[in-house]
Amino acid sequence: MLLCVAKFSATLYNPLMAIVRPIRREPAEPVALHTQAMDNLRFIRSAMESAGSFTAVPGVGGMLMGATALLASFSAHLSRSPRAWLAIWSGEALLALAIGLAFSYRKAVRNGTALLSRPFRRFVLAMVPSVIVGALLTFVLHRAGFNYLLPAVWLLLYGVGVSSGGAFSVRVVPIMGVSFLVVGTVAALGPAGWADWLMAAGFGGLHILFGFVIARYYGG
Amino acid sequence: MAKQGVAAKIERRGPEAISAGSGARSLDRIIHERLRLGIVSALSVNETLTFRELKTILSTTDGNLSVHARKLEEAGYIGCEKKFEGRLPRTEYRLTEQGRTALEGYLTHMEALIRATRQQ
Repeated sequence: MLLCVAKFSATLYNPLMAIVRPIRREPAEPVALHTQAMDNLRFIRSAMESAGSFTAVPGVGGMLMGATALLASFSAHLSRSPRAWLAIWSGEALLALAIGLAFSYRKAVRNGTALLSRPFRRFVLAMVPSVIVGALLTFVLHRAGFNYLLPAVWLLLYGVGVSSGGAFSVRVVPIMGVSFLVVGTVAALGPAGWADWLMAAGFGGLHILFGFVIARYYGG
Repeated sequence: MAKQGVAAKIERRGPEAISAGSGARSLDRIIHERLRLGIVSALSVNETLTFRELKTILSTTDGNLSVHARKLEEAGYIGCEKKFEGRLPRTEYRLTEQGRTALEGYLTHMEALIRATRQQ
């Protein structure tokens, strides 16, 4: 008898059975109107960023990069050792990177656009593999004593990076990339004595030329 | 110029950008829908976009995109041009003046809502 009572009371008062689940769930807290409005504005901005091209490529910055590259090629031409030659160009690469970033930021702020937009991130991501491969090949070729190959490698890899990154930018940027590929091809197939001139023509001349076009027709 | 106008409006989401009483206007139901809002926003920063480009940007399906693009087209917010590239069809969309005005109006409306809530 006692066991029977215990059994039924356990069944009746089973806490799991006691839970009553409504068929319809209670509606969640209504979303505040201003939260929805903010969310809509965020969505519009995100759609615009995804659809827009990376227009913060700096024209004036490009011209400045070209000018410093001309100075670097002149100094590198006068350098007495391969190590000094490489040091000058490595310094120039870092300087050009700093100029590029600073002027991209300046242009983005002027145009009222976000620098770290999706097109910018895609542009950078497209450039990164070429930069990494360039740094790796520089180390390997310099160590093996093949410095004379570096101008062609740098020009070609920069051309690859700019033309693929340029797919997310205004049309003139991929054209600049292809121009670097042409100069790089000449450097790869031409005599080693042309290297400094081609570096000046590529990193100096092309940057100034295309920098001018971008500054003139694409907002600075 | 107009492109920058819309983008700049999003950037400066301050009370000064909102005209008095704009919050009282009725919401534009045509572009209030998410995908249609996305189409109009994407076209506001591009001269034209193809069907395929819009599909990629908005991560949607062919059917969904064509239904909503048709609604916008019927409302006169976007224009559509069908061409052939070789033997392949190519549909290009562009934002009309009416569509740009509607987007600006929608932005103003959203700003007004935010402003009104902040004042409360």
